[in-house]
Amino acid sequence: MTSTPALDQRPSSPHTGPARAGRGSNARGSAVGTPLAAALLTLGLVASLGAAVTIGPADLTLGEVVASVLSHLGVGDSPLSAIRDGIVWELRLPRVLTAAVVGAGLAIAGAVMQAVTRNPLADPFLLGLSSGASLGAVAVLVLGVTVLLPAAAFLGALLALIAALVVAGPGASLAPSRTILAGVAVSSLFAALTSLVIFWSATGDSYREILSWLLGSLAGARWPAVAIAAGALLVVGVPLLLGGRLLDAFSFGDTAAAALGVDVSRTRWTMLVGTALLTGGMVAVSGSIGFVGLVLPHAVRLVVGARHRVLLPLSALSGAIFLVWCDTAARTLFDPRELPVGIVTAIIGAPVFVALMTRARRVS
Amino acid sequence: MSVMIHGRGVTVHRGGRDIVDGVDVDIRPGQVTAVLGANGAGKSTLLRVLAGVDAPTSGTVSVEGADWFGRARRSRARIAALVEQDAAAELPLTVLAAVSLGRIPWTSALRGPGTADEALVADALSVAGVTAFAARTLASLSGGERQRVHLARALAQTPRVLLLDEPTNHLDVRAQLTSLALVSRLARDDGLCVVAALHDLNHAMGFADHVIVLHEGRVVASGAPGEVLTPALISAAWGVTATVFEREGRHPVIAFDLPSSAEDTELAADRLSR
Repeated sequence: MTSTPALDQRPSSPHTGPARAGRGSNARGSAVGTPLAAALLTLGLVASLGAAVTIGPADLTLGEVVASVLSHLGVGDSPLSAIRDGIVWELRLPRVLTAAVVGAGLAIAGAVMQAVTRNPLADPFLLGLSSGASLGAVAVLVLGVTVLLPAAAFLGALLALIAALVVAGPGASLAPSRTILAGVAVSSLFAALTSLVIFWSATGDSYREILSWLLGSLAGARWPAVAIAAGALLVVGVPLLLGGRLLDAFSFGDTAAAALGVDVSRTRWTMLVGTALLTGGMVAVSGSIGFVGLVLPHAVRLVVGARHRVLLPLSALSGAIFLVWCDTAARTLFDPRELPVGIVTAIIGAPVFVALMTRARRVS
Repeated sequence: MSVMIHGRGVTVHRGGRDIVDGVDVDIRPGQVTAVLGANGAGKSTLLRVLAGVDAPTSGTVSVEGADWFGRARRSRARIAALVEQDAAAELPLTVLAAVSLGRIPWTSALRGPGTADEALVADALSVAGVTAFAARTLASLSGGERQRVHLARALAQTPRVLLLDEPTNHLDVRAQLTSLALVSRLARDDGLCVVAALHDLNHAMGFADHVIVLHEGRVVASGAPGEVLTPALISAAWGVTATVFEREGRHPVIAFDLPSSAEDTELAADRLSR
């Protein structure tokens, strides 16, 4: 019996690097370019933050913004009047930072969700999180205790998560398809309850407030919002970033992951709960902003491949930049009226998603 | 030769029945051991136990003299690698990325793969003959090429035990033979302990040093393929009539026919169960 030459030739010395036989245009397994991409995105994010703060009805230059921010950090004096300084420090900067943090958090949550459930269509709101958060938020808006909104939204998300996991249980196996179906069921129930609350008790002004929250909005984001979102990102998001290696192990399913030495059910539980907490933290300050967690990881994956050690941080940076600009568009395009940013992300995200799907169909 | 994998009374109870029922195995390194049996005989389940993926309900397994399930998962994954049948990825993955997954048991969250890992991955790619595809996506490969990628991924784990679940599934004849020739060479030259669940008994005749025949979760025969795979045993375990043709200087080949009388095979299977 003969075998192919490729099989017969075992080189005496191992290659030091993989051969790049350039058939197929997507040489995306390579690590080359990753540090460059990360550096460019980081620069892009910093530039976006600076630029976004200058954009708006009150004309501000980048120099004025930088000087104002530095003065609040204890370096020099602000050249701006108290009102204009307030616009930078009290309104725009916290809002832009919140947009960046929420964008990063949602993108990480989406990428992790897609890996753990092995479902490319998974998004951070998969387990009924957004409808749970909505119920909590709407309840306090209707009751008029807006101060409690972040806490109520977070608790609502948590409640939905627990409900979804209980429905998906029993046992620790947590099959992805069951989990998703459970999320759908919980979502529907919580959405119905939310509608009921709105229908029953919302009046006049609270309608507008509720609608804006349901569609996702960063209009009310001040420093406490930055603190909540950034806290969630640091405490939950960063550990998730370190789990990239474990997520990779799921590429070929649970058995393959187990054969690579990963504790499958514990890892999946940890990741799902972590994602839910992260999403809850984001939803608490921004309402449910769709498409960021769904589309951004896909787009980044097309460029750098599916390795999560690379995918997660780059998705986070891209998500941050994306949401900063979406929110800037939301507050300036129809000035003085403001759009909920969720509308902007959906208007951009839905066509992009269709384009990605068409492309994926062509590739496979 | 010493025994590498030593299983006694291995039982896997699931869905109200024993899928693997009191199996004793002794598997040696430097050999290809074929696990044979009809569909549902328990081949894959036994392989998953030997791979350290699922713990048996009862019974003991030791590998290299140490209790297999007393080891940490990661340390099991450094010893044994499993190639499943029909492993598919939902997310687009390049060949290089897929094979690099094999280094996961050897890396940690903070310490990513280093140059030594990359060299081992490159070596695995070349042993499996897939270096030329490294930059392509898995979806763009043929079934045979993809199977070799999965083999490369397992080899990148630098395992001492290689478990293959129906490695010739969906492959054309030539790809079947080249795959099996490759793993038997790995066993012979590198001393790897290869265990393959096979459907094709002629493959077992041609490439296995040792066969274990399962029937309804129990071992009904084991030994050298030429001695074990007799027409009587094949009739009993698979319910077909077999004719073994001896060939000059080559391994024997087996031809199969449906039995003329169903009762005969039922009788034979009945004898086997007892």
